[in-house]
Amino acid sequence: MRATIRVYWRILVAGFRRQSAYLLAAFGGLVANTTFGLLKVAILFATVRAAGGELQGYDIALMSTYIWVSQGLLGSVNLFGRIDIADRIKDGDVAVDFLRPLDVQAAAITTEVGKAIFNLIPRGIPSVLIGGLVVGMALPDDPFAYLLGAVSVLLGITIAAATVYLVVAAPGFWLVETRGLQILYMVVSGFFAGLFVPIWLFPAWLEALAQATPFPSMMMYPVDIISGRADGTEALVLLAAQVAWLVAVAALGQLLTRAGRRHLEVQGG
Amino acid sequence: MSTPIIETDGLTREFRVRDALRRRTLVAVDDLSLRVAPGEAVGYIGANGAGKSTTIKMLTGILVPTRGSVTTCGLRPVQDRRRLARQVGVVFGQRSQLWWDLPVRESFRILAAIHGLSASEEASRTEELVERLEMAEFLATPVRQLSLGQRMRGEVAAALLHSPRLVILDEPTIGLDVLSKQRLREFLVAERRTHGTTLLLTTHDMGDVERLCDRVLVIDRGRLAYDGDLPGLSRTVGAERVLVVDLAEPVDDLTGIPSTRHLTSEGHGLRQRLAFDAEATTAARVLAAVSERAEVLDLTVEEPDIEDVVRRIYAARR
Repeated sequence: MRATIRVYWRILVAGFRRQSAYLLAAFGGLVANTTFGLLKVAILFATVRAAGGELQGYDIALMSTYIWVSQGLLGSVNLFGRIDIADRIKDGDVAVDFLRPLDVQAAAITTEVGKAIFNLIPRGIPSVLIGGLVVGMALPDDPFAYLLGAVSVLLGITIAAATVYLVVAAPGFWLVETRGLQILYMVVSGFFAGLFVPIWLFPAWLEALAQATPFPSMMMYPVDIISGRADGTEALVLLAAQVAWLVAVAALGQLLTRAGRRHLEVQGG
Repeated sequence: MSTPIIETDGLTREFRVRDALRRRTLVAVDDLSLRVAPGEAVGYIGANGAGKSTTIKMLTGILVPTRGSVTTCGLRPVQDRRRLARQVGVVFGQRSQLWWDLPVRESFRILAAIHGLSASEEASRTEELVERLEMAEFLATPVRQLSLGQRMRGEVAAALLHSPRLVILDEPTIGLDVLSKQRLREFLVAERRTHGTTLLLTTHDMGDVERLCDRVLVIDRGRLAYDGDLPGLSRTVGAERVLVVDLAEPVDDLTGIPSTRHLTSEGHGLRQRLAFDAEATTAARVLAAVSERAEVLDLTVEEPDIEDVVRRIYAARR
């Protein structure tokens, strides 16, 4: 067990360090995040004001926190559907992954999580700081909320990586081209994860539909916990839901990987 | 023969291919049965698409066989893939197992952790490989900045870091210059000598087979076409060696030398190429016969190349 933790820790660190090779690109991402953050500020603040200063529990300060934390998470929570292992399955490099005494799914997800954690440094934290300084935001004063928030962010990042593995990468064992799935994922995930509008502002039926997918647990729940919108028991319920989603998408991904291996065709080279 | 390290029986792998809307089945490996004993060094040769890589991928548990059985290091490759991975090292000449954005040294550290090497095992093995493959100068360089020769040394070290019993090399010298090839071969010879490693390699380079292998398997359209040693292979196919002589003055075509066939003349007979049967005569005897007719200034002997040998085997089977 200890040896296994050591191995995956190494792989996590490798993902983290790999991503650090692309620092400039990360700052480019930060600029984009901030621009869209300001756009969201303009639209969503106007919406809250039009509703008389409060909308479904969101006042200006809470909305600001929602905007800047969600923008900050965008560099780490995979809502784009791109994952290295999908390319490796397509071009056959996955052969090398199968030559290692590792679980291919777990190693792929761990690598992605390592990369995502690195992105919190040049993209996540600065985004929140910029938002806080320029627009101002509400943050909880209970230090425990930050601990829960950190755990929730890590879970959200991992759920996103595991879901992309399940939905975009694993079907690659059968399909030659998975770009269509990636685009579909990108379109659906951002909307249901609450990237554009908090899902709590959705009509009841749409909110229920969102809650039936793992997407809110990637971004909406962590944002709720960090912003203090969900605290105490409510926060713990969200965390439990996250754990359940993680187990579900990881287990399905594992099943699909096992079945897919029989279909793997690495021809030539 | 002791318990084989590789054992296949009726091993077959089919691929479904689709061309022009029609589906057809391509048999990449067809009813292959072979045994390799521990410590052997086997060259696995054949034309492109003959089934070499597919075989390797079944031996290592990457591909699932369509039919037949395969045992590698006493394990079932697909079911016991992860256990097998600890005993086998594979180099795919065309694929990298190093971490592209990280320094070479970092890849070795990660792989050491993956294979569960202790700190002392890791240190001594890394040191041994760095020294033997002369990697000290580029250990701190990110993999993407390495030359091909450097990267291949890194790849080989990565595959051998956990001291596998069986090393499989798929086109390890492809694209390498003469010096890099030579260095890699010397390393592999030394590695076998010190660790008794079993070697299976596919190659298009006759030099690899000559210097590294004591046994040759030829595969043709997924089937085993030859199994034996290299001189035997040349004998079987009757591959001729060729003596090229540069003469002091133009002479007529050098025909009529026993067991020899005149191939070409250039420069009005200043340079002539003579094919001779290595079983029936020797280069020295042919040279002596030539010297009786003309003064020889220079000479080279051309060995049959791997493509030629394979072509002849294929031709004999069709």
